[in-house]
Amino acid sequence: MFNFIYNIPILSIVIFLPLIGAFTIFLLPNKNNSNLVKITALFFSFLTFIFSILIWINFDNNISEYQFVEKIKWFGNFNFYYHIGIDGISLFLVLLSTFLTPICVLASWNNIKVKIKEYMIAFLILETLIIGMFLCIDLLLFYIFFESVLIPMFLIIGIWGGSNRVYASFKFFLYTLLGSVLMLLAVIYIYQQSGTMDIRELQNHNFTDNSEYWLWLAFFASFAVKIPMWPFHTWLPDAHVEAPTAGSVILAGILLKMGGYGFIRFSLGIFPVASNFFSTYVIILSIIAIIYTSFVALAQKDIKKLIAYSSVAHMGIVTIGIFIFNQQGIEGAMIQMISHGIVSAALFLSVGVLYDRMHTREISFYGGIVKNMPKYAVFFMIFTLSSIGLPGTSGFIGEFLTILGAYKFNILVSIFAATGIILGAMYMLYLYKRIFFGKITNSKLEIITDLNFRETIILAPIIILIFWIGLYPNSFLDPMHAPLENIITNYENKIIS
Amino acid sequence: MPYINSIMFLPELILTIGTLFILTVSTFLKNISFKFSFNASILLLVFSLYSVTFDIDTNLFNYDNFFDNGAFIDFIKILILFGTLVFFLFSEEYFYDLNLDKFEIPILILFSVLGMMIMISCNNLISMYLGIELQSLSLYILASINKKSIKSTEAGLKYFILGALSSGILLYGCSLIYGFTGALNFQEIELKLSVLPQLDLGLIFGLVFIIVSLAFKVSAVPFHMWTPDVYEGSPTPITAFFAIVTKIVAVGLLIRFLILPFGQFVDDWSQIIIFLSISSMILGALAAMTQNNIKRLLAYSSIGHIGYMLIGLATGAETGIRGIIIYLCIYLFMNAAVFTILLSIKINGKYIENIKSFAGLSKKYPIISFIISIMMFSMAGIPPFAGFFSKFYIFISALESKLVFLAIIGVLSSVVAAFYYIRIVKIIYFDDGLDNFEVILNFRRKLIIFISTIFIAFFIIAPSYIIDTAQELSKTIF
Repeated sequence: MFNFIYNIPILSIVIFLPLIGAFTIFLLPNKNNSNLVKITALFFSFLTFIFSILIWINFDNNISEYQFVEKIKWFGNFNFYYHIGIDGISLFLVLLSTFLTPICVLASWNNIKVKIKEYMIAFLILETLIIGMFLCIDLLLFYIFFESVLIPMFLIIGIWGGSNRVYASFKFFLYTLLGSVLMLLAVIYIYQQSGTMDIRELQNHNFTDNSEYWLWLAFFASFAVKIPMWPFHTWLPDAHVEAPTAGSVILAGILLKMGGYGFIRFSLGIFPVASNFFSTYVIILSIIAIIYTSFVALAQKDIKKLIAYSSVAHMGIVTIGIFIFNQQGIEGAMIQMISHGIVSAALFLSVGVLYDRMHTREISFYGGIVKNMPKYAVFFMIFTLSSIGLPGTSGFIGEFLTILGAYKFNILVSIFAATGIILGAMYMLYLYKRIFFGKITNSKLEIITDLNFRETIILAPIIILIFWIGLYPNSFLDPMHAPLENIITNYENKIIS
Repeated sequence: MPYINSIMFLPELILTIGTLFILTVSTFLKNISFKFSFNASILLLVFSLYSVTFDIDTNLFNYDNFFDNGAFIDFIKILILFGTLVFFLFSEEYFYDLNLDKFEIPILILFSVLGMMIMISCNNLISMYLGIELQSLSLYILASINKKSIKSTEAGLKYFILGALSSGILLYGCSLIYGFTGALNFQEIELKLSVLPQLDLGLIFGLVFIIVSLAFKVSAVPFHMWTPDVYEGSPTPITAFFAIVTKIVAVGLLIRFLILPFGQFVDDWSQIIIFLSISSMILGALAAMTQNNIKRLLAYSSIGHIGYMLIGLATGAETGIRGIIIYLCIYLFMNAAVFTILLSIKINGKYIENIKSFAGLSKKYPIISFIISIMMFSMAGIPPFAGFFSKFYIFISALESKLVFLAIIGVLSSVVAAFYYIRIVKIIYFDDGLDNFEVILNFRRKLIIFISTIFIAFFIIAPSYIIDTAQELSKTIF
């Protein structure tokens, strides 16, 4: 079906279509045309989504190699290429990005009032950079995309954020920059050792042991900040709280996945020996993250902060899944990333709904709003349950597979991971109770209105996806099976030899 | 028998004769002398820029080997002339505004450019010294050209006193080297040194003295003290000239002097360069954080940039020189754009120097603000802008030469430096301010800003040409 996409550089189109959209918006006349700007942004992001769906339709599940590969010489005499391709690992992360960006545009429809043009440009550029990052086969190109993401995100938090936005944006920028500069040196070192930047060739390259450990640490610094792992997570609550709703959605939905993607693709793919060596420490940090941030989340007064801490806990499960080195664990981590991508995005959108109406995110402000917002309460319940990991929802598949893998690896790890899920249920249900149930104590809430048409449109597709992943995960697991197996096999070969 | 190939020195000859001609004519013109000398200088620069590109592949030495010629030297000359052209294109209105429309300014600039051309093509300790003096003396006057301003006078005086000190040190170093080798010519010095197993104490002293003096010219820490004051006090276009052109030529000369006569003693001098580099990077990053004057901030920023370039020199290898050449190109464009914009923004008819007064610029002038942000992110070394690649190639050379610790200090201080660059972005975009800005862009300034922005923002798309050229050039000086 749709075979024509084999004849066009489909991946480049998906990467650069949002950029073209940004440029189009830039060229639009500078007067009162905010609707035109919004519609253009929506059009281009939706078109990108359609193209990415076409890729999924034509994706061959049985191949572990990259597909739709494009390769162009880039740097004179150096072995750097504009080299992109897609495989089962990146497929869903790209789809997640293209899926969430139109939703973000829609979510910002009414609540962004100033500099709407710049806002949409920043979002579309952000989309280009994120998709580009997931599709790179060239390590240097990956680094460039990975780091460039900072610029639009910094501006989104800083210009359209809350009252403490300057602090949050600086913290976000400098923290993540500090994490990733060492990776730059590692990338250069790898280039000098191996003479290639091709990720596939690097998988077969044998580093001398010592250098592999240092390189692993340099990459770890950058991914651990991005994902974020405890104790490198402190930028996340600030950034989330201050960012505008759509900024939080992208941050939680996609940017955090860059770390997980990096762990699977680079830490595990290129440095299996070092990954094995350091895995115990990573798992210990992840367990601390799950338990500690769950308790921190329980104590939060701000809804967004609570969800931000829950993200750290969920990402802890992802890192456990990745660093137990078996098929179930990594597939669980992947599904958990996708699930968290949509669920946390949905939760932030829901918080945005409340914030648009009442302009506060204090939990104590709300209570009993189920009476006035029944539809919203149902939606929020589904997101909450999926975040907890109720069977039938997407969260369950990811957590179940991860814990299954952890059980094979070490029973203690699986016990701790399962504890995290119970704690997750605690803080999420407690949050739900405080916001929705009880009597309306705050007179301002008497007039709160239920979801309008636009908000329903935004949240409904996410509900469908949650149940799709939860009830029939195979359509998501099948494409990622072959490449993940490839990574695991490579890992086992390297460890044995 | 000395064979005089005049075409080889065509740019210098054109510049000398042209400058003298402009000087003579300007003295007789009354009201339009500034306008005449200014525009004639632009023409003259275009001519000499064109004459540099004449293809002369013979590597002849002339005037008793006083001067050298080659691809690298030609390239630096192009950068010098191009940077000066940028200066002439953006500065005219500023001099009118401050009633500084004296015809001496273009002439002094041209003389210092001539000095720079001699500096970069020198092949002899004496011609080196003469070149440095010609450019410095013109620059001392230029720094204090705004007689009514105390700060400008102070800048000129400070620059003169410290510059004279460094010239003295340079001369002492030259005489030590002459005393211990008996040669003034670079090739002869190299020949005499090549038989030595290690450097004599006197030669080490001479080498260190000359490095110190050149470090003063590139304003590497700890010889940077004059930079912030002179940058702040001088009229802004002159500051731009300091930041762009003099830095380029001083770095070029440092490369030539260290690689050519002392190339085989890399291990001896690279320690000094490493120290200069580390201290420049760290101080450049830390000291700029608290600055509120944009010119002082740019001074510390240029100190930091010099620190990165010195990493390339410390490697003493082709890859390092390649990195420096790429860095110089990108540095020129970044500074050209920043200074042009700085000269174009006025509040209530006054030029602004305090960073905080940029608050809220993005509301009224979104495109200019956008370009400033690009330049700031580029200076901070954030991809995908060109500034990233300049640092990238420096780090490649550092890792290739096993200077890992230098590279690590480099990346870490680049994070610290990122703080004050993005602080400017923050002030422009996040803060609210008055909107009594006035941005005056004539065609010439628009041209500079346009070209620089295209270069910096789209370097990533087609970097091959510059990188390949840099590679070719770096080969020619070894």
